[in-house]
Amino acid sequence: MCRLFSLTSSVPISPMRAIEALDVMKEGHDGSGIGLFLTDLAGPFQDCKHLPILSGIFTHAGLRRMEEFMSSQGFTPKFRLTLEAEETPPPGTPKRDVYLSQVFEPPSAWADLAPAVREQELTKTRLALRHMGQAEEDIVVFSFWPDVLMIKEVGDPMEIGDYLGLDREEVYAGRILAQGRQNTNYGINLYACHPFFIQGVSTMTNGENTAFVPIKEYLGSQGVPGYEGYQSDSEVFTHILHFTLKGLGLSLEAYKHVITPLQDDDLESHPDRDFLHTMKQACRRLIIDGPNCVIGCLPDKTMFMVQDRKKLRPGIVGGRPGLFAFSSEACGLDAAIPDRDKSKDFQPMHLDTAIVSPDCQEVRICRQTQPLPRQH
Amino acid sequence: MPANTAVTPSTLSQRDLPWQIDWDIQTCTLCGRCTAVCPVNAIEFGTFRKRTIFTPPLGLLDKRTSDKPSGQQDRPSSTSSIYYGIRQRTDPAYACIGCAMCNMVCPNNAIKPHKSESTDLLRFHRDRGGQPRTRGGRRNAGDSVLDQIKFMRISMLTDPALDAGRHEFELRTLIGRILPPAEALKTQRENGWMPPVREIYPLMIGSMSFGALSPNMWEGLQMGVAYLNEELGMPVRMCTGEGGCPPRLLRSRFLKYVILQIASGYFGWDEIVHAIPHMKEDPCAVEIKYGQGAKPGDGGLLQWHKVNQLIAAIRGVPPGVSLPSPPTHQTKYSIEEAVAKMIQSMSMAWGFRVPVYPKISASSTSLAVLNNLTRNPYAAGLAIDGEDGGTGAAYNVSMNHMGHPIASNLRDCYLNLVKLGKQNELPIIAGGGTGKNGNLAANAAALIMLGASAVQIGKYIMQAAAGCLGSEGDRCNICNIGRCPKGITSQDPRLYRRLDPEQVAERVVDVYVGFDTELKKIVAPLGRSTSLPIGMSDALGIADRAAAERLQIKYVV
Repeated sequence: MCRLFSLTSSVPISPMRAIEALDVMKEGHDGSGIGLFLTDLAGPFQDCKHLPILSGIFTHAGLRRMEEFMSSQGFTPKFRLTLEAEETPPPGTPKRDVYLSQVFEPPSAWADLAPAVREQELTKTRLALRHMGQAEEDIVVFSFWPDVLMIKEVGDPMEIGDYLGLDREEVYAGRILAQGRQNTNYGINLYACHPFFIQGVSTMTNGENTAFVPIKEYLGSQGVPGYEGYQSDSEVFTHILHFTLKGLGLSLEAYKHVITPLQDDDLESHPDRDFLHTMKQACRRLIIDGPNCVIGCLPDKTMFMVQDRKKLRPGIVGGRPGLFAFSSEACGLDAAIPDRDKSKDFQPMHLDTAIVSPDCQEVRICRQTQPLPRQH
Repeated sequence: MPANTAVTPSTLSQRDLPWQIDWDIQTCTLCGRCTAVCPVNAIEFGTFRKRTIFTPPLGLLDKRTSDKPSGQQDRPSSTSSIYYGIRQRTDPAYACIGCAMCNMVCPNNAIKPHKSESTDLLRFHRDRGGQPRTRGGRRNAGDSVLDQIKFMRISMLTDPALDAGRHEFELRTLIGRILPPAEALKTQRENGWMPPVREIYPLMIGSMSFGALSPNMWEGLQMGVAYLNEELGMPVRMCTGEGGCPPRLLRSRFLKYVILQIASGYFGWDEIVHAIPHMKEDPCAVEIKYGQGAKPGDGGLLQWHKVNQLIAAIRGVPPGVSLPSPPTHQTKYSIEEAVAKMIQSMSMAWGFRVPVYPKISASSTSLAVLNNLTRNPYAAGLAIDGEDGGTGAAYNVSMNHMGHPIASNLRDCYLNLVKLGKQNELPIIAGGGTGKNGNLAANAAALIMLGASAVQIGKYIMQAAAGCLGSEGDRCNICNIGRCPKGITSQDPRLYRRLDPEQVAERVVDVYVGFDTELKKIVAPLGRSTSLPIGMSDALGIADRAAAERLQIKYVV
């Protein structure tokens, strides 16, 4: 089973802090991979916060092809960060040519685009690059979005963190999602590594999504650019969240009602029963059956954790104003924020969504039986 | 030597019949129950004459004769005695159907039918009078692709493992048009018209009409369904089949557990229309029957034997006449038009509060009908009936040799919806041979994972709840002539009073509760419990490469 750890901090911190927490929880994962989602970036990326950053892994030939493509599309390269890993990679990790994070200035014609159209175009550009690299595996792209860096690699998280030198200040971030992977149902593939990302929405999951195939078939048939790929059964959680927020225009509080709706008796006594009843029927295809714990980050930098209906996976939230962590296990939390008030730690149960808002001051618990905030 | 009885081309010997009666003179008490109970009069009381010949041992004869005075010779002689017993008739019209009712009532097990080991010759003579054979039941084929499907995606990662006995389950399904999420929320926000949707149990009792079933069977099923709903909280629904509905039921609160069927004969529909103003509840749904898996391309067929006063009154027809429904709606120009207009008018009859869906035979037209329905905002689903479906009456040739298997037809339809991004928006109800070999839960789960939102059973519930004797080995299957030995499909009070409705109801409940446990035993290890695993095809495997490719499931050996 994977181990998850995320940090939300009012001051930028090193991703190594999250990786160290994963290392403490190492008994729970086999170290077959690491994935990092970094946003609210500090350092050089802070100066170009509104420009999209392309994150991925390239061969030298792939890098050239990418540059040619981006230039043909009218993108102007700006700041570039490459993770130079000179020495031999750790056991199990292939030697790569370039780990790249490249800021681009979009084509001038984009200036007049509506934000929603612009978002679509960024997604399409990422997908075009992903498709270009599929045959030769010379281009692997994880994200192309402002203020977002994604790093993924196969191997042991701690060793890869050291190997790639992830303690450098350029990659410090205010919001970090990290996952130590254990491969379960599907083959090892870079794209299968959590967290997953689409248009500012990122999630990672701890467990197995037994409803994967019907959900994948549904999402994949909705004609939304980006609902594709699916190298992992957990990727659909990201897309369901995206669908909830952007497709249906609902808030994060509604996400849990989509993936794990209330049972009929509870629904009957709910103040929003008509709305929730409609939602349960219409979104029935997106119900997950677990066992899953989902941790994610929204475009506005809100971080959250939800559990499946039966709460079959561990998950704990804790911290202090200015720094909170979401972790699969308490030991990970202890390692990352030892000086917190442990009596305030919270383990979300089957009705809860634990939310830390962008101000990073407290953990807010939203129960499914409570009235929903006004939607739309 | 010439025959001393007329031997015609159709004269058969006992050996030529598919079922032969074994009768044991030693244990028979001649009580007569077997002949009284036989629904087809295959056995009758027989008076037999037995001739016994006395022949003195060789050698003694001459000697004795010479020793004895004249007139007292001990010569070979014969005597005749009379005894009574059971005779099997060999007239094709009275051939034994193997129902074994004789054995069931015999106090000493002195009589039982057994199936002929060789091909019977009766099959060549069943069309006497130029009438091809009609019968009830299912196709005479025992194999089933559904039985070969395995559930192999066992979630060993679920920790603690889900358990059918310990976890909460919400295995319900939706019947009705389900709007896409964004549209549903928008409609609700704007107080628009939301298509009616019912949340029901995924195993439905399929359409069997009030004319096809006996009043006792019908009552037993309805009582069982009411108990399941009201005492056990299982929202089981039962379809009426064509032929109307008893007026009291139409006006009762139990109507909400009923799906009313209308077919091309419109039989009984008058009764329903007249009852609408008095209905306390809306029916669960309305099913428009275009076709049936057991007799694709044929209409309904209620033969005159079963059209008694009561059935005639409910259907609004004269008694004693055969009632075939035309196979298509004769008033409509095309199936597209028929589907659209019928759905529209039926929806309108209940103020667009009742889901209306068509039922068709699994066929090459299924996809066309489905595509039509996806563009019809009032269409509430599609019921597809596969070739193994049962019937009260059909031509043998239709039943045995026509139709499309349900598995691939359903799969095609579901994958077509996936392609359109409308899976489960238009629920598919699958039926036709589900549980025909007794594996009801496994077959139903396989159909659900192939894409069915709900599963219909008809014959199975008759076999399980009322002891229907019909089998895929051409046993019994005389539902068409109203002589059902158990009283399930008979309109003759002398027969149907054999069936106790209370006991049928009890069995219906047993069947559903047993099924529920088995379904949970299947889905729990797959890691599913809070939503029905519709389309969860990754769970399915089959050791037949061609079937695996065709159904797009895993090939496993």
